[in-house]
Amino acid sequence: MATEILMPALSPTMEEGTLAKWLKKEGDTISAGDIIAEIETDKATMEFEAVDEGIMGKILIAEGTENVKVNTPIAVLVEDGEEVPADAGQSAPAAEAAPAVAAAPAPAAAAPAAPKVDQSPDWPEGTPMKTQTVREALRDAMAEEMRRDPDVFLMGEEVGEYQGAYKISQGMLDEFGSKRVIDTPITEHGFAGIATGAAFGGLKPIVEFMTFNFAMQAIDHIINSAAKTLYMSGGQMGAPMVFRGPNGAAARVGAQHSQDYAAWYAQIPGLKVVMPYSAADYKGLMKQAIRDPNPVIFLENEILYGKSFEVPVLDDFTIPFGKAKVCRSGNDVTIVSFGIGMTYALEAAEKLAEDGIDAEVIDLRTLRPLDYDTVIASVMKTNRMVTVEEGWPVGSIGNHLSAYVMTHAFDYLDAPVLNCTGKDVPMPYAANLEKHALVTTAEVIDAVKQVTYR
Amino acid sequence: MAARKPAAQANVSKEELLSYYRDMLLIRRFEEKAGQLYGMGLIGGFCHLYIGQEAVVVGLEACTKEGDKRVTSYRDHGHMLACGMDANGVMAELTGREGGYSKGKGGSMHMFSKEKHFYGGHGIVGAQVPLGAGLAFSDKYRGNDNVTFAYFGDGAANQGQVYETYNMAELWDLPVIFVIENNQYAMGTSVARSTKSTSLYGRGEAYGIKGEEVDGMSVLAVKEAGERAVAHCRAGKGPYILEVKTYRYRGHSMSDPAKYRTREEVQKMREERDPIEQIRAMLLTGSHASEDDLKKIDKEIKDIVNESAEFAKTSPEPALDELWTDIYA
Ligand SMILES: Cc1ncc(C[n+]2csc(CCOP(=O)(O)OP(=O)(O)O)c2C)c(N)n1
Ligand SMILES: [Mg+2]
Repeated sequence: MATEILMPALSPTMEEGTLAKWLKKEGDTISAGDIIAEIETDKATMEFEAVDEGIMGKILIAEGTENVKVNTPIAVLVEDGEEVPADAGQSAPAAEAAPAVAAAPAPAAAAPAAPKVDQSPDWPEGTPMKTQTVREALRDAMAEEMRRDPDVFLMGEEVGEYQGAYKISQGMLDEFGSKRVIDTPITEHGFAGIATGAAFGGLKPIVEFMTFNFAMQAIDHIINSAAKTLYMSGGQMGAPMVFRGPNGAAARVGAQHSQDYAAWYAQIPGLKVVMPYSAADYKGLMKQAIRDPNPVIFLENEILYGKSFEVPVLDDFTIPFGKAKVCRSGNDVTIVSFGIGMTYALEAAEKLAEDGIDAEVIDLRTLRPLDYDTVIASVMKTNRMVTVEEGWPVGSIGNHLSAYVMTHAFDYLDAPVLNCTGKDVPMPYAANLEKHALVTTAEVIDAVKQVTYR
Repeated sequence: MAARKPAAQANVSKEELLSYYRDMLLIRRFEEKAGQLYGMGLIGGFCHLYIGQEAVVVGLEACTKEGDKRVTSYRDHGHMLACGMDANGVMAELTGREGGYSKGKGGSMHMFSKEKHFYGGHGIVGAQVPLGAGLAFSDKYRGNDNVTFAYFGDGAANQGQVYETYNMAELWDLPVIFVIENNQYAMGTSVARSTKSTSLYGRGEAYGIKGEEVDGMSVLAVKEAGERAVAHCRAGKGPYILEVKTYRYRGHSMSDPAKYRTREEVQKMREERDPIEQIRAMLLTGSHASEDDLKKIDKEIKDIVNESAEFAKTSPEPALDELWTDIYA
């Protein structure tokens, strides 16, 4: 049976090429592996080997021909004694089309359909409460999950014998031993990779970064290994793990130790990103993060570690991801924030109330998934929005929310959305400059007054 | 190779001994003052003192010539003073004032001086190692015989980028001296708790890099080993590793409770191995200096340090528009 030899694609980007030279002529016997032609691609001149054996029946494209499309028949191979079919080379140059698939579902329509808002309480009414610091809440969350699931372990610099650089893992080495509370050398890229491998192996690592600034050493494993593997493996395996540690500015620790990574990680499909404010949220969301089958980035804050909040006294208490919290309801403006940004948002709302401006304050709590519905519902009510975060302005969470609100609730806006962010500079060390680099309550108040035209 | 005993002790001149004494004492007193200012709230954030490690940088700086470069970690005050940077400018950077080396924008961990070829002051553990090799690359590229000293800690020695750098530095014969300041702890983690390969200089062998262990409490031993390393590098033979065994007396930073070692351990080191006391004793027993001579030096140093503190307190905070400068060249 006659076989068509097609113009090959010899580089990932090649669409056509020049048939530079034939090394076999009509009538020649060809064995598989023989070099039959030289083809010039956009990058190089390549030798073209025969795959099939037979006799060169007919050359369809003369040597020297330029712009030969990939998959064009260039010659016909026949068996001994066989005639070249009359229609040889008439078939269209078409790659075998893949079978049609159902169209991908379109992203959510841009209609401001009444958003579904879940503002159910995070714990049953009447639950007894206790006062706890964020630090204690975090430790309790990890310890409870480690008691519950032997596959959970904690790994990081100074988490064991030193009791945690910021004392988050205090007492955990004593309770769980060095098999499950593991001190590492200062080798972030290595141990983040090892933990990710352990997660592929079915364990549930909690990786503590002494601060998220040092996770930049490890970001390749966080994104390329942990976040993408579920997808790349077609759903066979992923990385059920938590990367956690303090994020953002502490106090006067300078440019290399004061960066907010919220927007960076929130950009990555495959990661979940949590950035809580209150101790109850730290606890409920950390427990949720450990149980989540995906890599979770858990962004803590050193300044909040020592802050006390009311935490429910419950044997088991989790908060679902993607559920924002309306911390203060109001009618005049929506202030959206998360993490330490809530400090400024809430303080501004208090002060604005004195001026007769009734602000609604939303704590996003998780940035991926993000509770768009709660934000949209609030903006539909107040018609104005101000976002507050500590990170840099370009490509910020506030930018993203502004775009989302513009797309989905344009007709409800009475003023442009304003983003309050850290300044677009590396963090300076000097006390006076650092104050100006950070977002402030005064700036939030100012922004609210602008959008409310006061 | 075990630490060599300095052979040349007897031939060290009086001037040399006096200059080591002065330089080490300046660092010690400066750091004590910095600790005090931190306690008063005049210095903020992280502040890592060099007390105990003075002989390392003073011994190695004695091997340098104009054009040689240095780069280190956040524990950088000593390095800056030893390479001749002005105490006022360093202290004012610690207080975040306009008169500081980075106009107050860098802080304790991030200072630089182009004039003195001091390339920082880096806060990310291990980052200065490839940077140091890169500085050496620039000298080799230009064809001069300068060398670069890349200082890093025992903890940093476990970072992967160190080994990527070793490989390229030897491959390309870069004139860089890798100075491992092994003060035995990385924060609260002792060397033995972070590696089973505790001969840190020996790891260079896998890459073909020569190295040796040095008694870092003896400035003379450091100087002697430094000369060997410098000669090797200047001759175009590629990198060299000095693992300098030293000890930090204070906590990792000002906020370290230091429960990972005993008080006795620190006390013993101070009493038996102190680098400044060793030189002081040599000066006195060799009749190179009298108690009175040394008191005079002590007083000079105290004056320099007090003046730097005064300068650092009175130098104004940077102007607010400094926030927006130096982001792009
Ligand atoms: C990549 C990175 N991880 C963690 C830290 C936090 N950290 C700062 S210093 C330090 C210990 C370093 O010890 P070593 O290298 O021995 O230097 P020394 O402080 O003893 O001079 C750690 C863990 C950091 N700055 N950078
Ligand atoms: Mg050390």
